Amino acid sequence: MALERETDDHTGVETTGHEWDGIKELDNPLPRWWLWVWYGTIAFSIAYWVAMPAWPGLHGYTKGLLHKSDRAEVAQQLAALDVQRGAGAAMLRTASLEQIEKDPKLQAYAQQVGQSVFGDNCATCHGIGGTGGKGYPNLRDDVWLWGGKLEDIQYTITHGVRTGADGARMSQMPAFGRDELLKPEQIDDLTEYVVKLSGRPADAGAVARAAPIFATQCSACHGPEGKGNQQVGAPNLTDGEWLYGADRAAIRGQIFAGNGGVMPTWQGRLSPETIKALAVYVHSNAGGQ
Amino acid sequence: MPTLIDNTRPKTQTRTAVSAAARAKGKSQAAGGLYKPRQPIYPKLVHGKWRTIKWAMLIATLAVYYVTPWIRWHRPDGFPQQAALVDFTGRRFYFFDIQLWPQEVYIFTGVLIAAALALFLVTALFGRLWCGYACPQTVWTDLYIVVERLFEGDRNARMRLDAAPWSFDKAWRKIGKHLVWLGIAFGTGGAWIFYFHDAPTLIRTFWIGQAPATAYVSCGLLTATTYIFAGWMREQVCTYMCPWPRIQGAMLDEHSLQVTYLRDRGETRGPHKKGQSWEGRGDCIDCRQCVVVCPMGIDIRDGSQLECINCGLCVDACDEMMVKVGRPTGLIAYDTDHAVASRACGQKSVYKPVRSRTVYYAAALAVVGGLTLWSLVTRPKADLHVIRDRNPIFVRMHDGAVRDGYTLKITNRTFVDRRFQIAFDGVAGARLSQPGGEPGRVSVLVPADQVASVRVFVTAPPAADLAASVPGRFIVRADGAAAEAKTVFLSGAANPQ
Repeated sequence: MALERETDDHTGVETTGHEWDGIKELDNPLPRWWLWVWYGTIAFSIAYWVAMPAWPGLHGYTKGLLHKSDRAEVAQQLAALDVQRGAGAAMLRTASLEQIEKDPKLQAYAQQVGQSVFGDNCATCHGIGGTGGKGYPNLRDDVWLWGGKLEDIQYTITHGVRTGADGARMSQMPAFGRDELLKPEQIDDLTEYVVKLSGRPADAGAVARAAPIFATQCSACHGPEGKGNQQVGAPNLTDGEWLYGADRAAIRGQIFAGNGGVMPTWQGRLSPETIKALAVYVHSNAGGQ
Repeated sequence: MPTLIDNTRPKTQTRTAVSAAARAKGKSQAAGGLYKPRQPIYPKLVHGKWRTIKWAMLIATLAVYYVTPWIRWHRPDGFPQQAALVDFTGRRFYFFDIQLWPQEVYIFTGVLIAAALALFLVTALFGRLWCGYACPQTVWTDLYIVVERLFEGDRNARMRLDAAPWSFDKAWRKIGKHLVWLGIAFGTGGAWIFYFHDAPTLIRTFWIGQAPATAYVSCGLLTATTYIFAGWMREQVCTYMCPWPRIQGAMLDEHSLQVTYLRDRGETRGPHKKGQSWEGRGDCIDCRQCVVVCPMGIDIRDGSQLECINCGLCVDACDEMMVKVGRPTGLIAYDTDHAVASRACGQKSVYKPVRSRTVYYAAALAVVGGLTLWSLVTRPKADLHVIRDRNPIFVRMHDGAVRDGYTLKITNRTFVDRRFQIAFDGVAGARLSQPGGEPGRVSVLVPADQVASVRVFVTAPPAADLAASVPGRFIVRADGAAAEAKTVFLSGAANPQ
């Protein structure tokens, strides 16, 4: 259908020639401001091609006059961040752990660093509040397997536990049941003995039968009174703190299998300054020993 | 109220008057466009009582604006020595002996509300005094017109100059005027930034390019707005941009003093020749002096209008004419609509400043102003905020003791370092401790004008029979400053069913 343009009587403007149910469209020009914005965007896009990286090529891309590179900017910002953090890191490097904890400013700084690093690296096992869980020690109370002094905590974080690496905290509770070192009924008796140690009522006969077994098998690490030994990471059996559970089944299970968790070595992954801050964070949040 | 009848402006065509044929030509003429082009206003210089008051206000307000940032004020070393300073970097506001923290912004809010209520009250009583005398738009426009008059002469000369073709004479006058305007605008923007930085330092660093970018941007913005608003837009700012002329309609009533043409005395108006009788006619001789001096370009004889800023220049102009023709002054005066109406019916006019509206405004002003002042005067020198550890909410020790951790934020609002002793009250036999602190002595040094954050622990003794949640409070004390805050001690006991 040929489009017949006609002049609209009322406005004096030509129509486009389209007609829909008697409605015709006026062929008014585009608003001038709209046109200018459009021309402006065309001009801008050409300027953008010239100034900014724009066109892909076979080997790379057009760099543009400004040589803008987001990647380089990120690298620059990261470098700037290192410089910015440098002052704090230097303070942590030179101060001793005690000095850090005693100085309110350094302590506050260490808390900030420690909190963020703890959240990133430690919270997975120890929990975001540091309260641990079954098999993962609670870091907020006053019970420590490997010592709760600042240096002890720093050492544990630096070297880890049972990683097999040189210097790592190492101890292994025998699996008395699984390796058939003790008979099942002896393990039952020992369980009663340990329950008794922690001040709970227990079967007196079983306790009497287990006493010599405890003396020969357990006291080397846990001590004759069951108070534990932080040198070898042997827990105190007389308090209310149980890493793998407090009930008889859990205690029996631990004597049977001798579970021992592994904590990674953080040396090499975290800088010594960060480990210092982390040690202060953990220490002060546990009330400080 | 009559709609605007503006005799100074040529009658403009309204939209409906544009014929279809005119539109058919496809040309959007100014008359048919969306916007009415501005009719330039050439206010004539006038002398008199109100003009004198306006000059005084102009000098006073500009003096306050330019001088305030240069007032020095003694504060301890390390603190700004400037009397009025909005210190964004340090997050403080200093005003002579008052020093506010960001969290005390409510005092600002109070001051702003009180200022708004004061404006309501003044408007209800005396009309738009703010617009006519104190508003920066009025003050700077007045200043710009002074400059304009200096270069281009008074009303008639300016009209002639604008109508004349371009010449050297016209060019230098126009260029000179705009240069001085820009200078004033720059001075305005330049003075503004001194409120935000140490003025003597900034005035040096500004010129050598070492001032903060915000200083240059703010100065540029204020320069631009001053030049545009006071030089080019003038009365349009009041008429079209400012919300206040609209709001004031709610404050004004027939008892508000406003610049008023006393139509009871002025009508019937008409030209008057010397020696003619004044019998049977009004005092208005239709000389239009009230119109030509008006910076808003209106005719006050049309009654109270949105555009009128109540500056009183028409009062001065009319008084001058009345003296000349030997009639009493005050044909245009600060008067009330009610008084005019009363006199028109032959009754006595009464000015009634005490009415429910003004009483309400005054009462609200007294309450808000009083509360603001009270909170400013009684604000404590120290603040304590307690943030309870939420993960874990409590820790059980090996011996059954329970320990809760808290972070205390102690604000020292004084200009000296203070050591705050910390105490906890609420749990019998509880021990307060601090990581890295000496046993039995829990304290923290809070530097002058700073907030210190300190972690403390409260340990309830083993076997203490405590409820699940025990109310308690922390108290921090230093010489001359103390604060306390409520909190709870969570014992880990099961909640009663």
